[in-house]
Amino acid sequence: MTLFSRLGPKGTIALAVVAAFLLLAVLAPWLAPFPEQGAGAPNIAEKFLPPMPPHLLGTDHLGRDMLSRVIYGGRVSLSSGLLIVLVSLAVGLPIGMIAGYAGGWWDEALMRLTDVFLAFPALLLAVLMAAALGPGLLNAVLAVAVTWWPWYARMARAEVLTLRSQPYVEAARLMGVSNSRILLRHVLPAALRPLSVQAAMDVGPALLTASALSFLGLGALPPTADWGQIVDAGRKFFPERWWYSVAPGMAIFVLALAFAALGDALRDGEQKDA
Amino acid sequence: MGLGRYLLRRLALSALVVLGVTFLVFVAAQVVPSDPAALYAGPRPTAAQIEKARAELHLDAPLPERFASFAVAMASGDFGVSYKSRRPIAQDLRAYLPATLELAAVSTLLALIIGIPAGAMSAARRGSWFDRAGGFGAIAAVAMPTFFLAMLLQAIFAQSLGLLPLSGRLSREIAISAPLETVTGFTLIDAVLAGRFDVLRDAAAHLILPALTLAAYPAGIAMRLTRSAMIEILGRRHILAVRALGLSPARILFGHALPNAICPALTILGLSFAYALTGAVLVEIIFAWPGLGRYVSEAVLSKDFPVIAAATFVVTLCYVAMNLVLDLVQALLDPRVALQ
Repeated sequence: MTLFSRLGPKGTIALAVVAAFLLLAVLAPWLAPFPEQGAGAPNIAEKFLPPMPPHLLGTDHLGRDMLSRVIYGGRVSLSSGLLIVLVSLAVGLPIGMIAGYAGGWWDEALMRLTDVFLAFPALLLAVLMAAALGPGLLNAVLAVAVTWWPWYARMARAEVLTLRSQPYVEAARLMGVSNSRILLRHVLPAALRPLSVQAAMDVGPALLTASALSFLGLGALPPTADWGQIVDAGRKFFPERWWYSVAPGMAIFVLALAFAALGDALRDGEQKDA
Repeated sequence: MGLGRYLLRRLALSALVVLGVTFLVFVAAQVVPSDPAALYAGPRPTAAQIEKARAELHLDAPLPERFASFAVAMASGDFGVSYKSRRPIAQDLRAYLPATLELAAVSTLLALIIGIPAGAMSAARRGSWFDRAGGFGAIAAVAMPTFFLAMLLQAIFAQSLGLLPLSGRLSREIAISAPLETVTGFTLIDAVLAGRFDVLRDAAAHLILPALTLAAYPAGIAMRLTRSAMIEILGRRHILAVRALGLSPARILFGHALPNAICPALTILGLSFAYALTGAVLVEIIFAWPGLGRYVSEAVLSKDFPVIAAATFVVTLCYVAMNLVLDLVQALLDPRVALQ
């Protein structure tokens, strides 16, 4: 079965949208109509122009082309979404694997640790951490990852628990293969597949959380474009100059929607496989 | 595991969680920030002022000792004073907490009222236009950034159509000319207690937009969860039996199938309330709602760590308490939960 027939029409459209956003983000300096303005250079003479060529999405209070700002903002927002998921996986996966494989005391201690983190209202913990670390893209990523990793720890543990008693793992153990080698070479590759589907589905929610922090002033700092931060900046001029907030707001919405639809399609595909 | 043991285990876990939460809040508010004393001493402090603040905050004591005194203070409800306003934080929390809880409760109610019936209807008419439209609505509600939705609803219903108030909790005329006596702090309840139905209407009108904003995400989740739970339940034999008895589709759906979905509904309830409590940070600033969320987001901007710490602590306590109650209710309704 090809990728597209597996994803179905909705999933394929979603994948195309995600790919388009990725492409725009990576090639921003070449694809944005006004790259300097996208990167933050002011252009006061043209401030608050409504959407019309050559500024297809209008301009902001410093006269910067909104389309370019949104394209540049995508670099920050997309990478924060991806980084949150990757950092959380990097923390949660080993912890969950150790808990599941070692069992007993280790399992109990590590799982109660995840309980503590899961009992925290996630956004609030992220706000608390981001406030403590200070604003900035990397700090925002770390702050959200603090609330995110326990989910992966749980999933990894559950995967390892089922894999641990698989005949091929027991055979490796009987042959005297070391525990670390069993975990890395025999258990990890099998556990990674369901976890990576989950991780792909989580980029959307991660992006939404990061944009919320950015909206609260805890994301990337101006003049760097960050979607949540631009929505907040446009709030002062909303709704009279609606394009200022609507352009980045819609970007977040469309991208999160595409990730959610892609996640649904991936999950349905997995079910078809099963 | 019996119900008693389950209860004990669940209580012990909650105690552990509260301790862990206290520790995290302590680390974030007192250990990570570079110099709390300089913040406490006010704008452009002199070296002597910083020294004095350091002594007042006991910042020179060893960390375990500082954590112990922090935990004792939190437990006794002594949250200190705000760096910025110098007001006692406990006093502010008492004023703001009911506003946030009221908003969270109403939005949870809205999420359940919208999400559960819509999910049940979608399940009953799988593949129909209602199911398709509902499915898209649910996924859109989940993907919509809360703060952006708040701005859009405000622009449409308050600024353009003028149907609902723009922001705040009560109209200025009412707040000034005929203020409501604060009994519970919940405006809706206080208005009923005082027999002031003009205030009740006004308060309800102010609640609609922020509550609807906060309800969107959980309503979307509720709809999806209810739909999949109901599809499973509608395939069971007792549904086939009542269908064979000739009961009306509505009675089958709402009288026989939906009650079986009560446990997923409880999960949704917890999820909605939790979402509303934290989403308040975003929504309350946009609707100028005088609650904990706005209090926190303003404290974030001024790096007012004692306020952030206290508010996070209190909201997390509400959250933990609610999860505990929901788990116990669930164990009572469904004995299988306690046996796992």
